[in-house]
Amino acid sequence: MKPAPFRYADPSTLGEALAVLSDEGAKVLAGGQSLLPLLSMRLAAPATLVDINRIPGLDAVEVTGDAVTVGALVRHDALLRHEGAAEVQPLLGRATANVAHPAIRNRGTTVGSIAHADPSGEMTSVLALTDGTVTVATTAGSEVVGWRDFFVGPLETSIPAGAVVTAATFPALPPRSGTAFAEVARRKGDYAVCGAGVVVTLSEDRQVERVLASYVSVGLTPEVHDLTEAVAGSPVEKADWAAAGALARTLVDPDTDIHASADYRRLLVGVLTERTLADAAAEAAGRAA
Amino acid sequence: MTTKLFGEPVRRREDQRLITGRGRYLDDIGSKALAAAFVRSPHAHARIVSIDVDEALDVEGLVAIYTYEDLTGPMAEPLPVLIPHPQLHAPRTGFPLANGEVNHVGEPVVMVIATDRYVAEDVCDRIVVTYEELPVVVGVDAAREAQHTVHEEIPDNVAARHHQETGDVEPVLAASPRTLSFTQYIERSACMPMEGKGVHARFDPDDGSLRVYTSTQASTSVRAAIAAKLDLSLDKVEVIAPDVGGGFGVKIVHPWPEELLVPMAAIALGHEVKWTEDRREHFIGSAHERQQRQEITVGYDDDGRITALDVHVWHDNGAYTPYGIIVPIVTATQLVGPYAIPVYRVVVESVFTNTVIVTPYRGAGRPQGCYAMERTMDRIADELGLDRSVVRERNLIQPDQFPYDHHLTFQDGRPVIYDSGDYPGLLDKLRALVGWDEAEKLRTEAAERGKLLGVGMALYVEGTGPGPYEGGHVQVLGSGKVLVSTGLTSQGQGHETAFAQIVASELGVPIEDVEVTTGDTRRFGYAVGTFASRAAVMSGNAIALAARGVREKALRIAADVLEASPEDLEIDAGLVQVKGVPGTSIPLRTVAVLSNPLRYAFDEAAKQATQFAKPGDDDKPPVAEGDAPGLEHRDYYSPIRSTFASGAHAAIVEIDPATWEIDVVKYAVVHDCGNVVNPMIVEGQVHGGVAQGVGGALYERMAYDADGQLQNASFMDFLMPYASEVPDIDIDHQQTPSPLNPLGIKGAGEAGVIPGTAALASAIEDAVGRRIASMPISPTELYDLVRSPDSEMTATAGRRAGTGVMA
Amino acid sequence: MTSIDSERTITVTVNGVPREATVPVRRLLSDALRHDLGLTGTHVGCEHGVCGACTVVVDGAPVRSCLMLAVQVDGAEVRTVEGLAREDHQGGQVLHPVQEAFRECHALQCGFCTPGFLMTIAAGLEGRDNSVELTEEEVDDMVGGNLCRCTGYANIKKAVHHAAAAMKDDA
Repeated sequence: MKPAPFRYADPSTLGEALAVLSDEGAKVLAGGQSLLPLLSMRLAAPATLVDINRIPGLDAVEVTGDAVTVGALVRHDALLRHEGAAEVQPLLGRATANVAHPAIRNRGTTVGSIAHADPSGEMTSVLALTDGTVTVATTAGSEVVGWRDFFVGPLETSIPAGAVVTAATFPALPPRSGTAFAEVARRKGDYAVCGAGVVVTLSEDRQVERVLASYVSVGLTPEVHDLTEAVAGSPVEKADWAAAGALARTLVDPDTDIHASADYRRLLVGVLTERTLADAAAEAAGRAA
Repeated sequence: MTTKLFGEPVRRREDQRLITGRGRYLDDIGSKALAAAFVRSPHAHARIVSIDVDEALDVEGLVAIYTYEDLTGPMAEPLPVLIPHPQLHAPRTGFPLANGEVNHVGEPVVMVIATDRYVAEDVCDRIVVTYEELPVVVGVDAAREAQHTVHEEIPDNVAARHHQETGDVEPVLAASPRTLSFTQYIERSACMPMEGKGVHARFDPDDGSLRVYTSTQASTSVRAAIAAKLDLSLDKVEVIAPDVGGGFGVKIVHPWPEELLVPMAAIALGHEVKWTEDRREHFIGSAHERQQRQEITVGYDDDGRITALDVHVWHDNGAYTPYGIIVPIVTATQLVGPYAIPVYRVVVESVFTNTVIVTPYRGAGRPQGCYAMERTMDRIADELGLDRSVVRERNLIQPDQFPYDHHLTFQDGRPVIYDSGDYPGLLDKLRALVGWDEAEKLRTEAAERGKLLGVGMALYVEGTGPGPYEGGHVQVLGSGKVLVSTGLTSQGQGHETAFAQIVASELGVPIEDVEVTTGDTRRFGYAVGTFASRAAVMSGNAIALAARGVREKALRIAADVLEASPEDLEIDAGLVQVKGVPGTSIPLRTVAVLSNPLRYAFDEAAKQATQFAKPGDDDKPPVAEGDAPGLEHRDYYSPIRSTFASGAHAAIVEIDPATWEIDVVKYAVVHDCGNVVNPMIVEGQVHGGVAQGVGGALYERMAYDADGQLQNASFMDFLMPYASEVPDIDIDHQQTPSPLNPLGIKGAGEAGVIPGTAALASAIEDAVGRRIASMPISPTELYDLVRSPDSEMTATAGRRAGTGVMA
Repeated sequence: MTSIDSERTITVTVNGVPREATVPVRRLLSDALRHDLGLTGTHVGCEHGVCGACTVVVDGAPVRSCLMLAVQVDGAEVRTVEGLAREDHQGGQVLHPVQEAFRECHALQCGFCTPGFLMTIAAGLEGRDNSVELTEEEVDDMVGGNLCRCTGYANIKKAVHHAAAAMKDDA
């Protein structure tokens, strides 16, 4: 289990990185926590690795009132501990806490896991649920791409060869809203068998106005499901979150693998939806107060 | 300073190097060695049509490529059947490199030697092997049905039909007041030591000597195998097990193809060569264990006493049978556990499949036997509406029944006669430790929290310390250092400490003066190996006997000097002294000097033993007739049969009825391994065993698909427990010494893992009220089980439903 | 102009000592430490980042050395198990409290996973205020990403508490 030969560059500017990436078979190396195993197992054999870790300025978390923008070199751990980010979009910390183990979070990047587009990754689902975007740099310039256009298939995105995802932007949690995130994994720190992130938004009079959910390890690409109809208009204290869970079960199309059947994942979608919605609603109620 | 250290929790002497990064594991050796890598079969069953190396030849750094065609003499023959048995009627073993056919994914086909492992893998990538695929047999049922064959000439896929019976079972069953029959399954797992296998070989062409380091549990036997296979004189071959990063059974198998091929290449190339197994290779190129289908019929009376037991096991032995039928025999004979079974018949059919070979993994067939027996107990209790512990209690062998003869033949060819034990004592302690009688209260409390709670228990008896023998050598040097060696190997059990404790206690020397070497054929050439919880029993006793021999000689020499009778002498803190006469003493190191009459003095101490140092008796030779120079002794321990340790485990699980996640909230162990050399080490063995038991029950399996591809050949998907998955363990001890050996000890290495699957199956069944007949079980499977119309509700659950108690 | 290389000479401070090595760019950090720098205390258990045996501390944070390339630590500070103990004034060795705790609590058996645990726990404990009582959750987090096949973890968790207590007293 040793990587096949490749060539290596660690440019110090984005422009240089993009120049090298225009070579055929070049691939970006950021945190490397998903890429290195693929290299060692020789499931990936890029001709050139372009290590972006030495490019200054990509390691910032920018927080505005409207959004959190996470640079390409922000490690999971940094995002997990970022209080400003958590204030604006609490899902970030809550989901990141479920990413693998601390030593992986110290090195792995949030943007890298999004660019890896693994449907069992937490942050792909969070990007979708928050209706986020990614910033894609090419030699032609920089472009903001919405998550729906970005995720194409499992481990597949729409970005052209030679591009670098320089940031991901997660819009702020809307007013009168709450979130929650929960997973069932076989072992703590494993990829989830099923994970659920939800956002509940209340009306001014504390009725349920909007319920959105997105799942981990369910489906080929991240999806956002609108569960509002199951509970629309209910006073927050009386909302039938089980009904929302039941609705969610009808909307998802999970797969079977060696760790879980599709049916079991569907069961978990229902259970986790119900549980996370209750937590998210409580948070929303607190914020609405 | 006390020297009576036997039984004390002495801190380990091996730790200093291991915690400072100065351990010396296989891959730490030979920084200049060439690296080996292997092209392994990607198919589970195929004929090799051609091997094309052309594309590989221009890789810079390539040194050599070997295929079967390059093997000569004994190397071109099949690997040995290590443990032949008359009932193993169709043994099969592979070749060091595949000879025209492959029978599992991972079988080595081509060996590449290159300047480093990266380059060697580059070469492997460029070698094109063309295969003609053959039908694949995966799983014990497919093998049993035999629609396809693994080895063409064995149409029923059966390698062995192992059969033992203690009487005529059928009439007793027919006459039994009650009988029940059921079939259950247990899946594959694997030892999965953190360090894979590895071999380093260096050959000295000038003197013809070969030194091989290998991460093995059996260095002396690897040495013999290498000598035989490579046509070398035994005295030219040295084999050393360096620090070994865990074994758990997989490293007792030998010679692995790589253990022969790497030395072969080192000789041929005149350069040291090393192979370090990577994790993927370990998954597909080593060994697994545990898959069985068990068909059980039991006769019993209205009180739950067993009248007869009839068991038919189908055992998946994988593609080959290098380790014979040891695992089937162990299952067959250890199945009866602590119970008196009036009539017992067992047939184990060991069948070939196109999967990795099956050889012992910690427990080695015992977890399966325990699973069969203990689940039978649970079924009887369920049918009769009796407490599960009561049914067990009624069938236990009583303390006054030892030695207890089961009239079976064990894996060592010796009778299964339990030497000592107190099984009712174990059960009582277990009930108290786990709070068995509180279970209903806990169940109700859990139900109030929305959880399903269940308790389960399992008892076992473990034959440990089988022969044929081990040896020990103890030598006192003039410096006072005491060198101890034994041939068997260590993989983390703390032998350096435990054996030093034994010697310090026997000889009366400070433990700091004792240095223990294991698994090095340069130091001790005769040994069997480390398996079957035998190291402390076998080498512990051999070393004790050797130390006693040294003590006897020391007293004899000292008696001469001190002008006392040997019986009046004692050794304490390295001083030989006259009992009760302080000041009349001689250091043991001086005795060592005097034991070796010298002509040449090379240091101050040696001067005392030179020929003019003191007047001798002119009528006696310097070394007495029948005596030998030096204060040393070599001795062997060869038991008449195994000694039988025992134990009992109980688990409490809580299950979330929404997600079907299983949480082990309490795990209790009562353990009896006779006299204990070091309780800290024994407890550590129990902890580790339990973790593997929990892993095997709830997390680990080898997920083969129908094509024989192992779908979870990584630590990502083969779910070895992290700390988060292992419950806290409560341990209580009992000690019934073995009458069979001088130290009264029984083995402890495997115990912890044995009852895990049985106890957890019992607890989960108790919690959900559905019959658990296949282990391990994961949440997704539990969910399938509880909603399946075909799953059977337990009678207990029916009774609880009748009383309104939540199932 | 960015150089695109197949081989690089790197300078890295390992356990306080500047070291230089010329390595193929594909060399994993774990292999470079072990085979190029001769620091074989760092062990390789899976080479896909799951077992944690190869964990070392890079610029203060524990990371899997099998999931980094050697060239990536050019200019960085790396701490391995060989650098845990410190020398006393007489040139002897003073074990790190985590090492002491592992021995005292019998937190290792075969010792193969041990360096990874030691580095993770040492970094974890050094990075916290040990006058604050260690929670079980913190312990679980510190040991939760490393596999051990021998000990069943009970004594490893015990050792973390033991070490934390010692470091509290030392503070």
